[in-house]
Amino acid sequence: MTVRISNDAVALACGADAVAAAFAAAGVDVERVSSWGMHWMEPLVDIDGVGYGQVSADQVPSILSGDAKSIGRIEDHPFIARQNRLTFARAGKTRPTSLDDYYASGGWLGLGQARAIGAEATIETIIVSGLRGRGGAGFPAGIKWRTVADAPAEQKYIVCNADEGDSGTFADRMVMEGDPFMLIEGMAIAGFAVGATKAYIYIRSEYPHAIAKMEAAIQLSAHLIAPFVVEVRVGAGAYICGEETSLLNSLEGKRGEVRAKPPLPALEGLFGKPTVVNNVLTLAAVPWILAHGGEAYAAYGMGRSKGTMPVQLAGNVKHGGLFEVAFGITLGELVNEIGGGTASGRPVRCVQVGGPLGAYIAPAQFDLPFDYEAFAAADALIGHAGITVFDDSVDMAQMARFAMEFCAIESCGKCTPCRLGSTRGVETIDQIIAGKNVDANLALLADLAETMKFGSLCAMGGFTPYPVMSAIKLFPEDFNR
Amino acid sequence: MTSIADIVAEHAHREGPLLPILHDVQKAFGHVSEDAMRDIAQALNLTRAEVYGVVSFYHDFRKEAEARPILKLCRAEACKARGVDALVLIAENQSRVKVEPVYCLGLCSVGPAALVGDQVIARLDQARLSSLLEAM
Repeated sequence: MTVRISNDAVALACGADAVAAAFAAAGVDVERVSSWGMHWMEPLVDIDGVGYGQVSADQVPSILSGDAKSIGRIEDHPFIARQNRLTFARAGKTRPTSLDDYYASGGWLGLGQARAIGAEATIETIIVSGLRGRGGAGFPAGIKWRTVADAPAEQKYIVCNADEGDSGTFADRMVMEGDPFMLIEGMAIAGFAVGATKAYIYIRSEYPHAIAKMEAAIQLSAHLIAPFVVEVRVGAGAYICGEETSLLNSLEGKRGEVRAKPPLPALEGLFGKPTVVNNVLTLAAVPWILAHGGEAYAAYGMGRSKGTMPVQLAGNVKHGGLFEVAFGITLGELVNEIGGGTASGRPVRCVQVGGPLGAYIAPAQFDLPFDYEAFAAADALIGHAGITVFDDSVDMAQMARFAMEFCAIESCGKCTPCRLGSTRGVETIDQIIAGKNVDANLALLADLAETMKFGSLCAMGGFTPYPVMSAIKLFPEDFNR
Repeated sequence: MTSIADIVAEHAHREGPLLPILHDVQKAFGHVSEDAMRDIAQALNLTRAEVYGVVSFYHDFRKEAEARPILKLCRAEACKARGVDALVLIAENQSRVKVEPVYCLGLCSVGPAALVGDQVIARLDQARLSSLLEAM
């Protein structure tokens, strides 16, 4: 009998350690594995493939005696069975820092293939796969790699952006805590392809468990990726450092202020050298693509959105967690069928997709397919594919105010529309909430939003207007209209 | 006891050593003092203004020591959707624990969430937060 309990931060935060200790005290061997991603079930106990959800330590005797009710085979659960798990193929199954488990589940095949076919063919494979940057911008990863590969320089860098600051997202954290070798393999493939020997992974300080597991995994696998070297760098609580040029400044030991582009980081990035800056999910998709071929990956998805997206169901959602699926699924399927609606049982009022800079979307638009172009056409953003669900008790004027407040707190201060506009935005929304000159202030706010959208240096100030203006458009009644 | 010089020496060979140094200084001393900033600036051949600019840019670094235990309560959208704002009053109703906002712990499916040191806590409600604060 093998008892598997996750040691992912979600499981730990829900009390998994106490459950594991109770099994151990009963004389049972416990394997601490990654999370299946069925977060509402955590702590989830997996006994030879059969699951027990929301287990507490006092339920352990009844589970061992066979009296407890199981959820059946975890792999057959509709939440898991409906997914296309490529990046998260190992989720729930392997011990995160076990090299044996990683080898046994197809680890290092992608790196082996890259070395066998050579750097140019590796880049070609990524281009064929259609993989686009999963951090939000959606830029084709293979094109970025080719730019860096073609840039002449003695030193080039791979930088993995693991500053996953968007509320409603946790897929990067799950990769780092659940499958760190896969991310290391992805970085090593990128380094091989572009001719870089050094990688930095910039992890936010709010993720202590991810930092610990990545550092352990880097030590264990150093000989397998040599002469390529990976080093962890820890952020310091600045949301803006998720923006790639700000992240580069932070890595250099400077204030995390945004750089003007051009020059592109691909040509003048870290310490002025050609640099691939990719998100965790982008690099994590790479080993599968190399091992199975670019065409196999491109067979998933729709239009120009190829492959799968690890969607994160968050906020007030009944079945929250990680749902990796081919592009093209509709928002309504994700929120209502897979997510099961709200956790509170009240009607869904809206969702925010893509983090604090993403637009609010009402149920009337739930037929929107998950596709970069379809979202852009609807003035919305896939971003890092976090979906935060709100029930009908939400006050959208307060959420709009928070979007501006968050921008004011986290703005790097380099450009005026973002630095000042966000504070003026909070003040103007406060006037609207207080019922003062509502029409005039709404017009002023719309004007301010235009200025921020077109005048800001990066997406922080440029996209903050999306949640604000979508909230006003969808729910004018919350704004004294 | 570790000194600033030891910490600087440990990281000086790295590319862009300032943030790792500041993290370690804060870990060792609980904050990054004016004196520490001066010593770091001198060791790295930076101006004090440059080091101060970095320290003051990042939310993690504190310029003054905090004697109380610290609880970081997530105040971002996903935890708001799960009712964290109703918990803020409880947090503010006591002064023994310093409660600071944090914008996302990546526990967005099981919020409201908090971080104490390296310990993560999820599914907070009023009762759980109260007992958590009392136990700190």
